[in-house]
Amino acid sequence: MSDQHFLRVEGLTKHYGTNAVVKGVSFDFSKGEFISLLGPSGCGKTTILRMIAGFETPSSGTIQVDGEDITALRPNQRRLGMVFQAYALFPNLTVGDNIGFGLKVAGLGREQRRARVEEMLKLIGLPGFEKRFPYEMSGGQQQRVALARAIAPRPRLLLLDEPLSALDAKIRVSLREEIRAIQRELGITTVFVTHDQEEALSISDRIVVMNAGNIEQLGTPHDIYNRPSTRFAATFVGHLNTLPAASFGPDRAIRPELISLTQRPDTDTTLSGIVSDIGFMGSVLRLKVDVADVRLSIDTFNANSTPPQRGDAVTLHLASRDVLALGA
Amino acid sequence: MTETVAPPRPTRRFTFEWLGVAPFVIFAVMFLILPTLYLVGAAFVGRDGQFTLENIAGLFTDQILAAYWISIRISGASALLGAIAGLAIALAIIRGRLPDGLRSTVMTFSGVASNFAGVPLAFAFISTLGRLGLVTIILKTVFDFDIYRAGFNVLSFWGLTLTYLYFQIPLMILMIAPAIDGLKKEWSEASQTLGASALQFWLYVGFPILWPSFLGTLSLLFANAFGAIATAYALTGSSLNIVPILLYAQIRGDALQNPGLGAALALGMIAITALANIIYLVISARAERWMR
Amino acid sequence: MKPRKFWPWLVFTLGAAYFLVPLIATFEFSLKMRRGYYSFDSYGSVFSDPAFQATFAYSALIGVFAIVVGIVVVVPAVYFVRLRLPHLRPLMEFITLLPLIIPAIVLVYGYIRLYNSSSIVPFTGSALGTDILLICGYVTLAMPYMYRAVDTGMRAIDVKTLTEAAQIMGADTLRIITSIILPNILVAVLSGAFLTFAIVIGEFTIASLLNRPAFGPYLQNIGANRAYEPSALAIISFIITWGAMGMIQLLARFAPRSAPVTD
Repeated sequence: MSDQHFLRVEGLTKHYGTNAVVKGVSFDFSKGEFISLLGPSGCGKTTILRMIAGFETPSSGTIQVDGEDITALRPNQRRLGMVFQAYALFPNLTVGDNIGFGLKVAGLGREQRRARVEEMLKLIGLPGFEKRFPYEMSGGQQQRVALARAIAPRPRLLLLDEPLSALDAKIRVSLREEIRAIQRELGITTVFVTHDQEEALSISDRIVVMNAGNIEQLGTPHDIYNRPSTRFAATFVGHLNTLPAASFGPDRAIRPELISLTQRPDTDTTLSGIVSDIGFMGSVLRLKVDVADVRLSIDTFNANSTPPQRGDAVTLHLASRDVLALGA
Repeated sequence: MTETVAPPRPTRRFTFEWLGVAPFVIFAVMFLILPTLYLVGAAFVGRDGQFTLENIAGLFTDQILAAYWISIRISGASALLGAIAGLAIALAIIRGRLPDGLRSTVMTFSGVASNFAGVPLAFAFISTLGRLGLVTIILKTVFDFDIYRAGFNVLSFWGLTLTYLYFQIPLMILMIAPAIDGLKKEWSEASQTLGASALQFWLYVGFPILWPSFLGTLSLLFANAFGAIATAYALTGSSLNIVPILLYAQIRGDALQNPGLGAALALGMIAITALANIIYLVISARAERWMR
Repeated sequence: MKPRKFWPWLVFTLGAAYFLVPLIATFEFSLKMRRGYYSFDSYGSVFSDPAFQATFAYSALIGVFAIVVGIVVVVPAVYFVRLRLPHLRPLMEFITLLPLIIPAIVLVYGYIRLYNSSSIVPFTGSALGTDILLICGYVTLAMPYMYRAVDTGMRAIDVKTLTEAAQIMGADTLRIITSIILPNILVAVLSGAFLTFAIVIGEFTIASLLNRPAFGPYLQNIGANRAYEPSALAIISFIITWGAMGMIQLLARFAPRSAPVTD
């Protein structure tokens, strides 16, 4: 029962004066899910996270964790773990003391703390780092320690507030995979706030796409990408080509990787155009093709064969079932 | 000077740089370093021009030792109380979620009050807590409480300490405010999500981070009070036996008339303020292990 | 959330009381010169005192000179250390901190002993020489504040880039300092100037021991001999200090910024 409705948010709103930042948001997640709140800055995703953490008081609505209404609890009574964008490690404490902080304030003895810290350091792949100070570590290492600090007291919920956006591109990818692996291993329900759609798609069980204080769509990454239910969800997540209205009707669009230069078994439609630009992105070639008065983006795999040149006339193949109808 | 020769620069520009710094260097040597070193040297020279420890030994009389002791106590008490009160006020206006305008008002006032030292400050406290001061009279007529009969005197240890706090507290507020601003909001939020109370946050994180700045300002406040003479002199004339007043009398030729002893008195003052700073440096070096 | 504001308000109120009561009491006392009712007689008595006018004018003049000397000594040094001699920075920080550690009375005692009428540089041998010594003493006292004000100002405008830009356009060093750097750090320099003035105007120790007819010793003398004028003078001094600090606050609004704020 409580496994199914582990994190339950109902009718959550937040006003600052007359300005509504979150407008009646509800969702319900099961234990162990990895949930992303995805949206542009100012969409209210961080405000929701901070209301769950207890740093903002909702104007109305309730938040329940594991069947308990925590809306009125103070942050330090909620038993949640949180990781911040800028690491927020305590600079005056060693790595070990940072990770052990939650255990110490909970009154655990030195020996129990030491054991748990050691276990956490092993989990994040930094064994033997307990005597270091935060300034002696790289950003990626610090953020892993921040993760360990958050989960050491065995919180009911893990909140991640854009934890990767301060890091280099390479570390961002490896750390996000590591976060996901640790989350799976511990089975801890996690709410992840990000404005990066690729991050959300790659890491989440389910995604809440938000815009202007409302939920645009809630679903699995696969659903969100392939069956966006609103125009915003379709355009915010992934790239999208608007197709010529003359041949497809108004508001029809398609993903760049679903247009091919060769025929596929499922394709049933062709378009002819002129290549206007070629972008080489390593594993992927991104072509710009002018079809009638519309410029389409096309992603194809780099096949080690001579790619088309600017000015070449090409025939494009696509399947009509891949064409998205953009609603409101 | 050798290291500036190393880079292959045109000589003309190299001299120009030094020409720009020269006034500062000459000034610092003439009006800061030489006079101080001269006194330090003079403290070890007798009337006959020979090296002697007699002047230093001369400090160890009851009167002079008592003067040093009172000075240390007043400076210590006003520095410690000023630092604590200043920290409390700075925390209240910066982290206490008080109305926004309050902070800049308090900071401006602190700038004024920290410079409102010397003779006028003494006048203000005589008008307030002197025998005819407003507070003294109100306490006597309204509450029937005579602070002077209860043992208070504005010319005493506590009177002077209370007066010094008027510039010590604002100085602390001005010096510690940047350090408090440096405490990131996320630190307190992280500690809250980890289950810590506000008290635990300050105990394990907040105060330890402020500690080096607190100590640094404390030693500065100590030196500030230790060298102050105008306020005390205007309050008490030469009746209060503190070191700066003793040295003042010595310089004016009112007493003792022994230049070697005067230099020794000055040396003692420098030694004590320097010691306060060394203690600060040692403690903060240990407290700042976590800094770059 | 409401009860958490209790302690901040309590601390603030206690602090405000401690700082405002003496001002109120002093003002009230200054009005009591005439028996039975309040009057501004004590202020009239102060302003009409020729000694007040003379000493105040003297200290103000000395203050102006101290500001000018302070700028000449500090600004080029900070500029070149920031630009080309960064390894001298720690030394400079240390030297400018010294006046906060070495008491003024020790400094002036050193001056008197070192620069007496029989020394190689007999500053105290003549009135003019003593005035110069007094000015230099005040520059020393104000140096920590002047240095920090100028240093902060130069950090805010990114001196290095400005200088390089000017050099590319062919300006020489003197021209860069006077026509590019100074105007841009004017606000910072003026802040240092007003702080210097606030420190100098009522200074007692150095002026008194050098036997100069300054405002500080005058104040002390009035305090020892009059009843109501001292409180009037305290209020006047407070207003002057407030004026100097108020000017700094006002100026801060016009401070230029070209370097990004790093903190």
